[in-house]
Amino acid sequence: MTDNKLELKEGWKYSPSPESTSHINLQKRYGLFIGGKFVKPSSGKYFPSINPATEEKIAEVAEANEKDVNAAVNAARKAYDKVWKKMPGAERGKYIFRIARLLQERAREFAVIESMDGGKPIRESRDIDIPLAANHFFYYAGWADKLEYAFPGKGELAPLSSRRGGRGEAKALGVAAQIIPWNFPLLMAAWKIAPALACGNTVVLKPAETTSLTALKLAELIAESGLPDGVVNIITGAGVTGAALVNHPGIDKIAFTGSTDVGKLIQKSVAGTKKKLTLELGGKAANIIFDDAPIDQAVEGIINGIFFNQGHVCCAGSRLFVQEGVAETVIRKLKDRMETLIVGDPLDKNTDIGAINSKQQLETIKKFIEIGKQEGSGFYETSCNLPSKGFWCKPTLFLNASQSHRVVQEEIFGPVLAVQTFRTVEEVIEKANNIPYGLSAGVWTDKGSKIFNLTSKLRAGVVWANTYNKFDPTSPFGGYKESGFGREGGLHGLSAYLK
Amino acid sequence: MTMEEVQKTYKIYIGGQFPRTESGRYYPLFDKKKKLIANVCLCSKKDHRNAVVAARNVFGAWSGRSAFNRSQILYRIAEMMEGRKDQFIHELLLQGVSSGEAKKEVRLSIDRMVYYAGWCDKYQAVFSSVNPVASSHFNFSVPEPTGVVGILGPESFSLLGLISLIAPVILSGNTCVVLASHSKPLCAVTFAEVLQTSDLPGGVVNILTGTSKELLEHFASHMDVNALLLATGDAASIKMASEKCALNVKRFFDRLGIDWSSDSTQSPYYILDTTEIKTTWHPIENIGAGKAGY
Repeated sequence: MTDNKLELKEGWKYSPSPESTSHINLQKRYGLFIGGKFVKPSSGKYFPSINPATEEKIAEVAEANEKDVNAAVNAARKAYDKVWKKMPGAERGKYIFRIARLLQERAREFAVIESMDGGKPIRESRDIDIPLAANHFFYYAGWADKLEYAFPGKGELAPLSSRRGGRGEAKALGVAAQIIPWNFPLLMAAWKIAPALACGNTVVLKPAETTSLTALKLAELIAESGLPDGVVNIITGAGVTGAALVNHPGIDKIAFTGSTDVGKLIQKSVAGTKKKLTLELGGKAANIIFDDAPIDQAVEGIINGIFFNQGHVCCAGSRLFVQEGVAETVIRKLKDRMETLIVGDPLDKNTDIGAINSKQQLETIKKFIEIGKQEGSGFYETSCNLPSKGFWCKPTLFLNASQSHRVVQEEIFGPVLAVQTFRTVEEVIEKANNIPYGLSAGVWTDKGSKIFNLTSKLRAGVVWANTYNKFDPTSPFGGYKESGFGREGGLHGLSAYLK
Repeated sequence: MTMEEVQKTYKIYIGGQFPRTESGRYYPLFDKKKKLIANVCLCSKKDHRNAVVAARNVFGAWSGRSAFNRSQILYRIAEMMEGRKDQFIHELLLQGVSSGEAKKEVRLSIDRMVYYAGWCDKYQAVFSSVNPVASSHFNFSVPEPTGVVGILGPESFSLLGLISLIAPVILSGNTCVVLASHSKPLCAVTFAEVLQTSDLPGGVVNILTGTSKELLEHFASHMDVNALLLATGDAASIKMASEKCALNVKRFFDRLGIDWSSDSTQSPYYILDTTEIKTTWHPIENIGAGKAGY
């Protein structure tokens, strides 16, 4: 067996290869998209959207207050009652197909804006975020006139009229309030809007305050698509705006993706109401490497698991478990591979790890790195240089982490990996499951029976075996335990938006 | 000389055992003529915690049983119920249910158990999917049990309601902690005796008696319970319970106002409520496509 050290960094020098920004179309200031047009916020207030790689302002975004939220919910209700709920599914589907096509046509523009606004590498926004977002619209468009096949017989549960529809027929909920995070801004908007529309709901969507721009570009695109006014409303703002939306009495449904702390607040605030809720919350996934795993592939899987999108991924493989017999080899190869990672300009096509999304998130990550150092978790970082401006974090390991350490128990949401070793299958199952989260997990082994043992015993909603961080519109995604409830994607994703 | 009848002590059911409440408390249950039927355990928070521990301990083993085995055990429960039919009817009569209603309720309860016994190895095929992802991966989604489920049974239909709630929860591999009807607790305890003789592992179903006023808060706030089904109480208790459920993102289902005697209250979608959809990915080697066209 050869364990040659990778010398890619020495052997190859990459010339800068920045993606052009000349073709994008961004306005200086964006209003709120309510009732089919952009309107000024009633407060008159705007806040800047910053490029986290340069700390420069890219555009100004409106701050929606309660009055604006009310206007958006009313617009969505009116569109639901007057147009959308009466429209045959096949017709609804045509609009959603059209949105998918328009997005495909303008994919590169959206990718560039996504990377500028959020800091993610253009390779990811170009190859993953934007195509997947378009595919999500395309996939759910086709469901719009086939809903009776999704949950046959469900509507016949007559007595639970608050939660179920009429006899045999899948029914929309009404107005859906949707709040999305900053890690996959456009993709999360697609995950929320596409199934909601396919099921016949109208929508008020609030993107995260640091990454509103692609949602606002999507609003422009939706207006161009001819979707009836008010079917999708997009309002911007921070937590206060989100709270006003959640607490609005005129909504029938809340779909939230974000932190477990905020998810719990939302679950509490809808208690005793008829509002239906789905939550996609935090995670702290175990990525488990057995001694019979294909080690080089597993190392790539570790890298992809934790450094994809700067580790701003709720399903990130942030807890690595390596079986003792291969621990030394895996860690050595992991360190070597990490040295080759290019951290820098998100718009450069060579970049592996872009900018941390915001100053605030960088502070959170730094706080956890400090905690890990104080806990004696075995701090290690790569030797790469970081740009002088912007928000950056070196790929980081904690090599002596143990189960009780905060860097093991808590979600960091950055490029920081806590490493533990294990001896037996039983031990690693117990360690992997002994955490309040249950969103995802990874397993690496060459043995099929071992894979199925692990994938059935890991208490997580998505399990990747010999792969990691793969997503698809047909594939349901969502958590167990404190990682939330409800699924997004696939047939199962429809149930979040039907009675 | 008349032979004195031996009266039963109604106890609770935790981990396959029949202890009294650790609190030593009781409440008297009277028949219509104010004659004492039984002193019923008035369970405490500690009893609830003990029951959750028992339910959690057996969750791995129960959910690891084959679906076919669970199906046989649920059917066995129905068989044991059939043998105790007269006792159930007698207890319902004692607690003020009319003869016709009592017979109907027991009949439906047994039928419902048989209905759900049959679902144990079938709901997976109905609710699973193989997902045609666009990359070279095999990808499938299956329902798995959510874990430990709290159940507060209805006051009326003290047997049928309880069975309609318990069966779809445990058949998928969940374990549960149940609070029986306060005004009609007898059938729940007798049902525990049925469970004990049905090869159902101890701890899969734990049955407490007492008041929802005292225990609901603990059912809703316990951090090692994954879901809560509430079939008793009012709007205020729904609100309180669902607020507490947020502490650990517990799945909450309000089952109030249901006519348990209706056929529409049996459905595989009730099974789905206390399951989690798990999606598994694995790469597919993609070689030889050109030769695969025969």
